[in-house]
Amino acid sequence: MLRASWKSLMARKLRLFMSAFAIILGVAFVAGSFVFTDTLGRSFDSIMNSSVGDVVVRPVAGDVDIESQPSSATLPGSLVKELADVPGAARADGNITNFGTFVVGKDGKLIGGFGPPGIGINFTDGPAAKGLEPLTLNAGRWPTAGGEVVVDEKTAEKAGYLIGEKVNLVSSGAEPRIQAKLVGIAHMDGGTAGASLSIFDTGEARRLFMDGNDTYTDIWVSAADGTSQAELRDAVAAKLPKDVEAVTGDAAAKAAASDIQEALGFITTFLLIFAGVALVVGSFLIVNTFSILVAQRSRELALFRALGSTRRQVARSVLFEASVIGLIGSIIGLGLGVVIAMGIRVLFGQFGLDLSGQSLIISPRTIVVSLVVGLVVTLVAAYLPARKAGKVPPVAAMRDDAILAESGMRGRTIVGTILTALGAGLLAAGLFADVPSPTYWVGGGILGVVLGMALISPIVGRPVIAAIGWLYRKTFGAVGLMAQQNAQRNPRRTGATASALMIGVTLVSMMAVFGASAKASIDKAVEKEFVADYVVSSAVGTPFSTEVTEELAAVPGVDEVAAFRWDQVKVKGEDRQVTGIDPSHIGVLGPTPMVEGRLADLTTTTVSVAEELATTDKLSVGSTIDLTRGGTTKPFTVGAIHGDSALLSSDYLLSLPALESLGGAKTDSYAFITRESGAAAAQVGRDLDKALADLPVVTVKDQGEFADEQRAQINQMLYLIYALLGLAVIIAILGIINTLALSVIERTKEIGLLRAVGLSRRQLKRMLRLESIVIALLGAALGIGLGVAFGVALQRSLADDGIDVLAVPWPQLGLFVALAGLVGIIAAWWPGWRASKLDILRAVTTE
Amino acid sequence: MTTDLAQERRDTTAPPKTAARVTDLVKTYGSGDTAVTALKGVSLDIAAGEFTAIMGPSGSGKSTLMHCAAGLDSVTRGSVQLGAIELTTLKEKDLTKVRRDHIGFVFQSFNLIPTLNAEENILLPLSIAGRKPDRAWYDHVIATVGLGDRLGHRPGELSGGQQQRVACARALVSRPEIIFADEPTGNLDSTSGAEVLGFLRRSVDDFGQTIVMVTHDPGAASWTDRVVFLADGRIVTELREPTPERILETMKSLDAKHVDAKVQG
Ligand SMILES: Nc1ncnc2c1ncn2[C@@H]1O[C@H](COP(=O)(O)OP(=O)(O)O)[C@@H](O)[C@H]1O
Ligand SMILES: [Mg+2]
Repeated sequence: MLRASWKSLMARKLRLFMSAFAIILGVAFVAGSFVFTDTLGRSFDSIMNSSVGDVVVRPVAGDVDIESQPSSATLPGSLVKELADVPGAARADGNITNFGTFVVGKDGKLIGGFGPPGIGINFTDGPAAKGLEPLTLNAGRWPTAGGEVVVDEKTAEKAGYLIGEKVNLVSSGAEPRIQAKLVGIAHMDGGTAGASLSIFDTGEARRLFMDGNDTYTDIWVSAADGTSQAELRDAVAAKLPKDVEAVTGDAAAKAAASDIQEALGFITTFLLIFAGVALVVGSFLIVNTFSILVAQRSRELALFRALGSTRRQVARSVLFEASVIGLIGSIIGLGLGVVIAMGIRVLFGQFGLDLSGQSLIISPRTIVVSLVVGLVVTLVAAYLPARKAGKVPPVAAMRDDAILAESGMRGRTIVGTILTALGAGLLAAGLFADVPSPTYWVGGGILGVVLGMALISPIVGRPVIAAIGWLYRKTFGAVGLMAQQNAQRNPRRTGATASALMIGVTLVSMMAVFGASAKASIDKAVEKEFVADYVVSSAVGTPFSTEVTEELAAVPGVDEVAAFRWDQVKVKGEDRQVTGIDPSHIGVLGPTPMVEGRLADLTTTTVSVAEELATTDKLSVGSTIDLTRGGTTKPFTVGAIHGDSALLSSDYLLSLPALESLGGAKTDSYAFITRESGAAAAQVGRDLDKALADLPVVTVKDQGEFADEQRAQINQMLYLIYALLGLAVIIAILGIINTLALSVIERTKEIGLLRAVGLSRRQLKRMLRLESIVIALLGAALGIGLGVAFGVALQRSLADDGIDVLAVPWPQLGLFVALAGLVGIIAAWWPGWRASKLDILRAVTTE
Repeated sequence: MTTDLAQERRDTTAPPKTAARVTDLVKTYGSGDTAVTALKGVSLDIAAGEFTAIMGPSGSGKSTLMHCAAGLDSVTRGSVQLGAIELTTLKEKDLTKVRRDHIGFVFQSFNLIPTLNAEENILLPLSIAGRKPDRAWYDHVIATVGLGDRLGHRPGELSGGQQQRVACARALVSRPEIIFADEPTGNLDSTSGAEVLGFLRRSVDDFGQTIVMVTHDPGAASWTDRVVFLADGRIVTELREPTPERILETMKSLDAKHVDAKVQG
């Protein structure tokens, strides 16, 4: 029995490859995401291990994550000497670190960019944890005086600087522009993952980053021989002032690495979602392929039954075929996954996250998970067809006519409808109700609706097919009629094939509606609420020095400049957004609806609370709340309650000095600028640009450019998603090819007859093409219907978060329909070619 | 009207026109050791407006001859002429057109497209060609085929005999120069077979249709005007105005000869 299965497998290699293709892609995404995540983790582990001392002493930071502003809390220089004398300590070194110092290349462009930081540090010869040498020199020497700098090898290479040359840097420290002589080139074990390192003499670093004070951002204490990290930590901790903590190097490295991994975790999520999509689409394909194969082989299977095979043996033989496909597909998928991981690594390199220092990690877990996922999905998908195979009655071997009774549509309709309703319910709950981890609800809901729709697609699709069929008959006569009839001949098969395409189209249309709504919302917000003529923002995502803001205020023709800072505070243990604003220029930030009080009246001790939060926390003007940032907690009086506006929608608004008093850094996220009335717009724009010419880290944009930039970001995200969903569409194309090819085989006689009575090859190809287009358009119609519904739901649920305009991009959706038609045409090409090569006489001669 | 046409076609004063002519036809399947020569030089004229049967033992090359004559299969050597058209040199595309416009087919089984109803099946060659049926002619054919109210039914809902009659109507409706029928009654019981044969006979008599029918059933062959006997890829003899008895007789004598030939050879 198994031998027979094996033979039939080999006889259908191409077809099986096509059904395996979906498994290959799905598994590839699973494997790729694991390989990449592991590689990412390993490379940050090794970087972090040389970025900590045996014990790290630092201001208590709370758990401010890496995206918010670093604390400006510092450690006094005197502490270094004290800690060096702690029993068990070999030495202690004070470190100065600034996360906004970038090297400007010879071409005036910034090295690095979004994501990996530009790090400015002081040089110490203190060892990292476990005696590791954190940095070694490739060439030159370490900096010993002001005006000298050492940069890491990758940065030096990219920037094109040689030892002895003057290096331009930009910094978020007190001095936005720094020029220094390159005296050495440093190497860090394991690479820097794209971050750039600029190393200064301690005195110089102090001047640049610590306002010239004898203070440090953290202190490394090295253990003497025989002292463990934990012992040393305890000894050190005893000596520390309030709000300063000591952590072991191991713990600090681990925490830092996992922070970064978490921040980059969206990549894994993203890849796994696509893996899921590919596998779901793929399972449709497998169900279809096996159903058709079972139907075509029913006589053979019946013969086995007649010869004494049990139902289970017959079903098992089909499952055996499936497991072979699943296994082969998974193995190929695993290999492809490694290639995908490599691709992502290259892609990340383009964006500055350079992981080339770490070889790819293929862990046993990756292999096991990939193979299991591929195998299980295949077997689950093949289960129903296999059961059906077992039900082929032995007598079918002796009969010529239709053998497999089509089971009724009723059960299917009921299950499909329930599944759809259930999915819609989950989706609605995830979007609109206050449920824990709503992403899972939404994901599960979408899956439920999609699967449910796939089940009832043979019924829901009827009017679509009928409409297209009507058009076909009018346009193509008999050929059109037959194409329509063929598409309707096996509604399940057509439905399942169309559903595979439906999934991709659903997600694409959903994202299209969402993206269009987001863009329309931005346009509306910019148009209605944007008062400033210019926005100054960072080109690298890190905030910039307040010096810059001040310089811009001095540009002729500039009227008002309003600085603007994002930050995070903790209130009653909850992370909350806070925006630092300048009360004296509040008008520049646009109209803000106020419930109570005025923002212009904010002082160093008052705070404005968002309306929603004020309601839930029962706050009114005059109440006090404690805000905690880093280790600092201060009481504030509620001075105002603000409603939502485009810019000022944070939970809390503080004046800049108030935020600084909590330890907020003197760096701005944005600056909004208005022009003096009467100043020439073009001239002011040019002057602003000129003022920032040597600061590539900061850019100035007018209203239109700002809106364009925001839109461009959305577009970028959409294109990435489209590109990945394109893969789902490719799988769907293979599905259509597969179904058509199998149908052609099934209809050999019919095709021969048609050819005998005068159907030309071209007409035959056209007939298949039209059938293929029906399937594709059905998938597109269902997908667009669902996608628009999902997109509208998504927009509605985010209306309060700024996506308050619903825009359905009909032209774009129209384009999707046209593309679906094209997909149909492409998919029909090969089956059409095969059909046209069929021997006419095969139909005419009876065997 | 149609009877006029029939009259015109079988104008007795003029010599009978030839609808199709096969000359020195050789057909070899495969090559080398496994080559089978199914037709070993067959020459045959099919007169217009005549009902011709091709008979012979199984494997004698009847189907092959029909396929070659109808442009369904390529020939190894020789010529096939349909009216003035030489089929053997035509390209696939033109051959398809010839089949569509000048030839009608009825096969032993699987004659109809299962997704189309009887009427759509009948009109299929015309719709493929993008031609409108001649309404009067169509009504006439439909009346003759005697399907009545079953025109809207799909093949699956028709009996075998009805299906074959639909196939005949389809072959007829485009007014082809010639209809080829390969064992059209082979799968039918005698009553249904008689219905189909009667219909074919009437289309010859009433419409002047030319029909070539392959069969091994003497009863079926006796409905025709002329029976051509094939044996081992060659035409061995023929009968005019056949009766079942004469056909059987001929077959028997051929069998005997055949055996003799084999024994001597
Ligand atoms: N496609 C083919 N390939 C090889 N041999 C064939 C093929 N078709 C027919 N033949 C051979 O040609 C001979 C004549 O076949 P056929 O014309 O079908 O005979 P008939 O219809 O009189 O029974 C037989 O010997 C048959 O085996
Ligand atoms: Mg035959």
